[in-house]
Amino acid sequence: MSAIDIIQIVGLGLIATFLVIVVKEQKPVFAFTITVFTGALIFLYLIGEIQHIIQMLESLAAKANVDLVYVETVLKIIGIAYIAEFGAQIVRDAGQGAIASKIELAGKLLILTMAIPILTLIIETVLKLLPA
Amino acid sequence: MNHDVNTIFQIAGIGIIVAMLHTILKQMGKEEYAHWVTLIGFIVVLYMVITIIDDLFQKIRGVFLFQG
Repeated sequence: MSAIDIIQIVGLGLIATFLVIVVKEQKPVFAFTITVFTGALIFLYLIGEIQHIIQMLESLAAKANVDLVYVETVLKIIGIAYIAEFGAQIVRDAGQGAIASKIELAGKLLILTMAIPILTLIIETVLKLLPA
Repeated sequence: MNHDVNTIFQIAGIGIIVAMLHTILKQMGKEEYAHWVTLIGFIVVLYMVITIIDDLFQKIRGVFLFQG
């Protein structure tokens, strides 16, 4: 099943690239929209597979008695990284490297903000281990 | 997925047709109309792209970020 899936995705990418090259001669704006659309389509296709992985991670965490809040935070961080990367790559493809860098900066900052509770917990644990 | 792949061809087709119309209208000496045709074609294509991006973001939200 997965072998056919990868062939489909590669075929999709090749066809989209071909169309982009054809359309770019006349109207670059439409070529750019094709790029965005193809990117979104492939992401959309992959998200179904990612859902399976995440479900497995969640069941593992439940079995290991890990607090669900931490798993949720990690998942949110992965989601932020995913969206930020998607946006930044599209914007950079359109030739706006500066805006792409800002999107990446925003993603990093938001991830850092979300990680603060976990970081605090780690530091507190280390401080508890240290002799007074 | 099959339904969505057709949209790529639709976008490319709209792009080529709009480019043709743009050239024809320019030859006829109606530059303003040519620009309007380009703009409207772009808005139609943008609507298609926005629809799928919205779908993608909703799914990402559902998978990674739970409720919000």
